[in-house]
Amino acid sequence: MGDVQHFAGPPDWLWYILAYFFLAGLSGGSYVLATLLRLRGAPGDEPMARIGYYIAFPPMVLAPILLALDLGQPLRFWHMLWNTTPGHPGVNFKYWSPMSIGSWALIVFGAVTTVSFAASLVRDGKLRLPLVTWLDNRPFNVFGSLFGLFIAGYTGVLLSVSNQPVWSDTWALGGLFLASGLAGSAALMLLLTRFRPEARPSAGMLSVSERLYALLELALIAVFALTLIAAGTQGQVFGLPWLVLWLVVLAGLIPGLYGLATERLSPNGAAALRHSLAVPLLVLAGVLALRAAVIFSIQV
Amino acid sequence: MPHITPGQAYGFFTDTSVCIGCKACEVACKQWNQLEGNAPSFLDGFDNTGRLDAENWRHVQFHDDVPDETLSEGNGKAWLLMSDVCKHCKQASCMEVCPTNAIIRTEFDSVFIQPDVCNGCRNCIAACPYDVIGASHTTGIAQKCTLCYDRLQNDMTPACAKACPTESIKFGPVEELRRTAVERLQTLHAQGVTQASLYGHDEKVYGGLNAFFLLMDKPEKYGLPDERNAVLPSRNNAGGYLTAAVTAVLGVLGGLIALRRRREKVSSEDG
Ligand code: SF4
Ligand code: SF4
Repeated sequence: MGDVQHFAGPPDWLWYILAYFFLAGLSGGSYVLATLLRLRGAPGDEPMARIGYYIAFPPMVLAPILLALDLGQPLRFWHMLWNTTPGHPGVNFKYWSPMSIGSWALIVFGAVTTVSFAASLVRDGKLRLPLVTWLDNRPFNVFGSLFGLFIAGYTGVLLSVSNQPVWSDTWALGGLFLASGLAGSAALMLLLTRFRPEARPSAGMLSVSERLYALLELALIAVFALTLIAAGTQGQVFGLPWLVLWLVVLAGLIPGLYGLATERLSPNGAAALRHSLAVPLLVLAGVLALRAAVIFSIQV
Repeated sequence: MPHITPGQAYGFFTDTSVCIGCKACEVACKQWNQLEGNAPSFLDGFDNTGRLDAENWRHVQFHDDVPDETLSEGNGKAWLLMSDVCKHCKQASCMEVCPTNAIIRTEFDSVFIQPDVCNGCRNCIAACPYDVIGASHTTGIAQKCTLCYDRLQNDMTPACAKACPTESIKFGPVEELRRTAVERLQTLHAQGVTQASLYGHDEKVYGGLNAFFLLMDKPEKYGLPDERNAVLPSRNNAGGYLTAAVTAVLGVLGGLIALRRRREKVSSEDG
């Protein structure tokens, strides 16, 4: 069996798309972690949960703007949702096209994060809008988390549903982006505890989950590499200069993996991650580098 | 030719064995479709077009197959020439992924990008296995061969086929073209041209290509995936989502484990 043949040309999905993939991972991941803290945590976890809901919102404001700017005809962004074919008006929804489902999921998740963001403001006494706290209940957060998981991961599936080298040679990208989004979200939430000391009791939980997500991400990078070796396209994404980005990705996994090796699942080591500015930023750099390596190596 | 009638499948049979690389098809296409073209790129042979894209809807490929030294008299192979074009695939990858439904099948069974519906997301570019589509710098939308939709509606043969002096590009009802192709292949084989083969004339490649070819070498030589590699983007939906779903479950579990460890710590400290 020879290598997979590829003759498709690059779609030129570059900086806007990189930014979107990064933000989608962090927004979705933060929402999920916030919900876990609210649902299963102690009352003392609520401040950290709100940090998560605060983080989840701004990317969802930026995301549609970035995606529209990337279009050749930005003002036609709504054509994603509504079929303007003469004589065939109606909703556009193609479950087999991740870009089509993603457009709808973005709308739902955008609304969900807006409500949870506003509800956090109300609960923090910064806003008076009782309606949103009534809406932002546990079932709502669970519902939102499902969309959060989707938004953080579907971007990888979108790349795979193509005929591009590397992207279409693997089934690991959706999971990989999701795992890295979760790891990055845990790091970002920890980073922001410096502005909200009352969230510190939850730092241990985030630190432990960050370790587990780093391990999950590493496993998925291995699966990704193996699927590419089977297709014969590994050289394109792991070769130079992209190897530099992969080194950043690995560096971003080191805090988590080192924590796992030394502290295992003990939440005591959280202090290191919380007090350091560099460590969470390194994790976030890894999240960005992963997406950059996957997106750019195929197209430039 | 009899009238061009809607409801019937039309296409091209491009016979590369008679192509002389004159590029009349490229010129006629640009002129009729008012395509500006790109700045010339000086490539191998006489190719200064480079590739199919928003400005080039026909592209004559030049492949230098002449050995540096002839092995024996008459043994040198010639240039391989091929006028490439959108294949108007029966199972079209571009159409499959397009989120706006801008890509439609017309009454002539051709694959057409509606310029007023497309929003330039370029998903189709990532999907087309033949690298046919390009995003226009002027209009911002995806553009490719329309099988001269406007000409067909007015009972006129597409410009490229009309211009081709060697009839390398034949236009007509797909059924008729298929018969012509089989006959032509038999003639070539009878003449000892055994390397000649048909590509896309049956369902093996994307359910059949309405624009299919007679080739003088392996498909991959011309940038065409062979039967095994002619696959649709949607094949990756199931695996992609499944891995993401498993990761999601593991991710939530990881969070729950972390919460539990923390609670154990809190309770052991309390106790
Ligand atoms: S050749 Fe490419 S652009 Fe043409 S119909 Fe097939 S997939 Fe679409
Ligand atoms: S660029 Fe246009 S034709 Fe291509 S997938 Fe996007 S909307 Fe459809």
